[in-house]
Amino acid sequence: MTGMRTPRHRARGLGAARSGTAHFWMQRVTAIANIPLTLLFLALLIALIGSDYGVARAYVANPFVAIILVLLVISGAFHMRIGMQVIIEDYIHSLPVKMICLAGNTLFSAMIGVVCIYGVLRVGLGS
Amino acid sequence: MSVRSRVRSRPLSPHLQIYRLTIPMVMSIAHRLTGVALYLGTLVVTWWLIALASNANSYAVFQDFLGSWLGRIILFGYIWALFHHMLGGIRHLLWDIGLWIDLPAASRLAWATLIGSTGLTVAAWIAGQSLRAVLP
Repeated sequence: MTGMRTPRHRARGLGAARSGTAHFWMQRVTAIANIPLTLLFLALLIALIGSDYGVARAYVANPFVAIILVLLVISGAFHMRIGMQVIIEDYIHSLPVKMICLAGNTLFSAMIGVVCIYGVLRVGLGS
Repeated sequence: MSVRSRVRSRPLSPHLQIYRLTIPMVMSIAHRLTGVALYLGTLVVTWWLIALASNANSYAVFQDFLGSWLGRIILFGYIWALFHHMLGGIRHLLWDIGLWIDLPAASRLAWATLIGSTGLTVAAWIAGQSLRAVLP
């Protein structure tokens, strides 16, 4: 039977599966990254309560804060995309609807990520 | 194969209506629900950053919303969801490396995520409110 399989197929070692554990592993890596980043984000939120526009801008313009926020957005966007993909795959069984939801999930996560990074950079790089 | 063996009763899955809810089950569902809440909550974070990048007027609109009752409920719920999903995630990471995966330990961990996330949220809320009172 193995004669029917290409060397590339054997080298990938996935058998009949289309993909391996990359998503599982990515979910764990981004989860670990999110722990300290989220705690710093919450500290920023607490520090910002009740402060006016100028103060809030000054906080986010701080290079350390801006870099933490960009890292959180990147890690968070990947994490939420994988998480929502698992939910869609679990509950939506109609193939066309599933494909639309999966594409929508990717587009939403990418949009949130890019818009947030744009906002942080605009404040951080001063314009 | 006789007819008798073909109609032999197959094992049944636990029936949903008579299935007793356990705390690890509920916390597993809560982990997923808080994930969805955080997913949608990113829209508020995006609004915050875009308002901050725009001008004082847009930021005032955002602050008015967050200061309203609805805004406060959303903020409190968002912070709770963050803590709950974070502790639930740490629980999953512990299980991934094989720690506390037996039933009694899993139940204790489930309670810990519920009590811990609620406690941390209240602590963060009090810290925020008291800081607001102290600062000019």
